[in-house]
Amino acid sequence: MTGNSKNKMSALIVDDDKVVRRVHGKLLTQLGFETNAVENGQEAVDLFTSGECYDFVFMDMEMPIMDGTEATQKLREMGVKSTIVGVTSCNVEAKKQAFMEAGLYACLEKPLTRDAISSLLEQVTKK
Amino acid sequence: GYLDEQFIQLEDLQDEANPNFVEEVVKLFYTDSARLLRKIDLALDDRPFDFEKLDDVMHQFMGSSSSIGAKRVQRKCTEFQEYSKDGNFEGCTRTFQEVKHEYATLKKKLENYFQLAKVAR
Repeated sequence: MTGNSKNKMSALIVDDDKVVRRVHGKLLTQLGFETNAVENGQEAVDLFTSGECYDFVFMDMEMPIMDGTEATQKLREMGVKSTIVGVTSCNVEAKKQAFMEAGLYACLEKPLTRDAISSLLEQVTKK
Repeated sequence: GYLDEQFIQLEDLQDEANPNFVEEVVKLFYTDSARLLRKIDLALDDRPFDFEKLDDVMHQFMGSSSSIGAKRVQRKCTEFQEYSKDGNFEGCTRTFQEVKHEYATLKKKLENYFQLAKVAR
């Protein structure tokens, strides 16, 4: 984990929906993360290209400009080792499969819950 | 009920740092919803009809609705999506009126809720 000087884990929320960014941002902050949020996959890629890095990336699947699948692929091609977690309410298995294969650690249902994040952290810290 | 456990999660997120978090998020939802519902209204007037575009905008609206736990609105959105996947224009138009009705009812109930919450403080 890269973290920061205060040893908090860092999370980037990537979602085109303002409400989702606000709710997920607050949830992750309360769970002890330092958070940042962007509106689409291209902005996420640009952040990493500029040298920023995050322990976790919570990536929405369907976004304009660059979707989650493409952004995840690009980040992995760049050598990004962050734990990228897909977040989606889509129920089309083929799309979710392609999303996972792009390089996700896991795919969670939207909206995120405390339990889902706690469970995720437990799994990640075991590895 | 009109709201599911997600609304309770929103209330749990309210704290000293953000004492009006729920109201803030709900207001954000209203602004975003107005824009998306308008987009769907316009898309329903488009000729030739674009089911894919409709489905896409409705999916966005559903995402917002699920973030505040608006379960009845979500259910109607799912019905709408079934019609749009089948290419059923009449079904879409009819269900969209029902989506707007559920949204308006929820908005009224939330306004009452926040008024009562202010009085109770």
